[in-house]
Amino acid sequence: MKRLLLLALILLPTLASAQIVQRDGVTLTQAQETRAENIGDQLRCLVCQNESIEGSSATLAHQLRVIIRQHVVAGDSDQSIMAFMVQRYGIFVLLKPPLSPLTYLLYASPFLALALGFAAFYLTRSSAPPPPPPLTESDQERLKSLTES
Amino acid sequence: MTTRRNLLNAAPLAAVALAGAGFYTILRRMESNDYDPHALPSPLIGKRPPPFTLPGTNNQPGFSNTDLLSPPRPMLVNWFASWCGPCAQEASTLDILAQNGLPIWGIAYQDTPAATAAYLSQYGNPYARLAADSSGLTAINWGVYGVPETYLIDKTGIVRWRWAGALTDQVLLGTLGPMLHQYA
Repeated sequence: MKRLLLLALILLPTLASAQIVQRDGVTLTQAQETRAENIGDQLRCLVCQNESIEGSSATLAHQLRVIIRQHVVAGDSDQSIMAFMVQRYGIFVLLKPPLSPLTYLLYASPFLALALGFAAFYLTRSSAPPPPPPLTESDQERLKSLTES
Repeated sequence: MTTRRNLLNAAPLAAVALAGAGFYTILRRMESNDYDPHALPSPLIGKRPPPFTLPGTNNQPGFSNTDLLSPPRPMLVNWFASWCGPCAQEASTLDILAQNGLPIWGIAYQDTPAATAAYLSQYGNPYARLAADSSGLTAINWGVYGVPETYLIDKTGIVRWRWAGALTDQVLLGTLGPMLHQYA
């Protein structure tokens, strides 16, 4: 009895991931659902452009969630599902833009801003006025006479 | 020394002025329908439409991608729906184009035959061929993300242009007209 209980405890996590769920009319395991959610979170809903496919209530987003789940159940890789979406909607569908000639400036912008900041800092520092020239002998004598009187 | 300092002081002002000019240009172009920040470039441009076969609706035979391989002249494929407001807005524009001899093939998106029939009798039927994508799955393969969407297909069957949203007079004069001329 004790051994059986232990076995059940060990098997519980596996059982949980093998649990069958239903989402958007597709039947899949919990592990598959988690994978599908992860993919949907990275894709932009084309209708409400600042929402992910996973978070949007638009009809198109629902249809795309169904397609993602069907592909996951069919055993397709995350990459091939992403490629399916990019082929149809372009890279705009990816919430995280990939590094490409189109996005070089975007990804370089933090470093450009840093360089600009350093350049501004350097320029302001070196443009501080130079110290006044030392007093000449006659100046010092004048100073002496002024302070003594 | 002071000129350099003045230059540095002027830099933020110049940046603000530049940004202001940029925003002004964007807003002006949005106002005149020249530029839509929500519009997406279609990955279908430069390619043929993906394989599909759609049934007809309202006693029409429907069509498939093989019917679009080499049209005798440039043509439009127009995705529309009876429940779509901007579709009714562009209906008169489509009618004018059809009357001037431009072939327009329509695809009713997620619609019922009865609703499509009622819509066409109310707003006019500019379509030379009419098919129905009731599931909306062919639309996904085309990259359609809303209705109306209009695709220009040249004589070699290649998609040259996609417009998401209603076809206005500005779009007609500014973009579609020159494109039709180019691919005639």
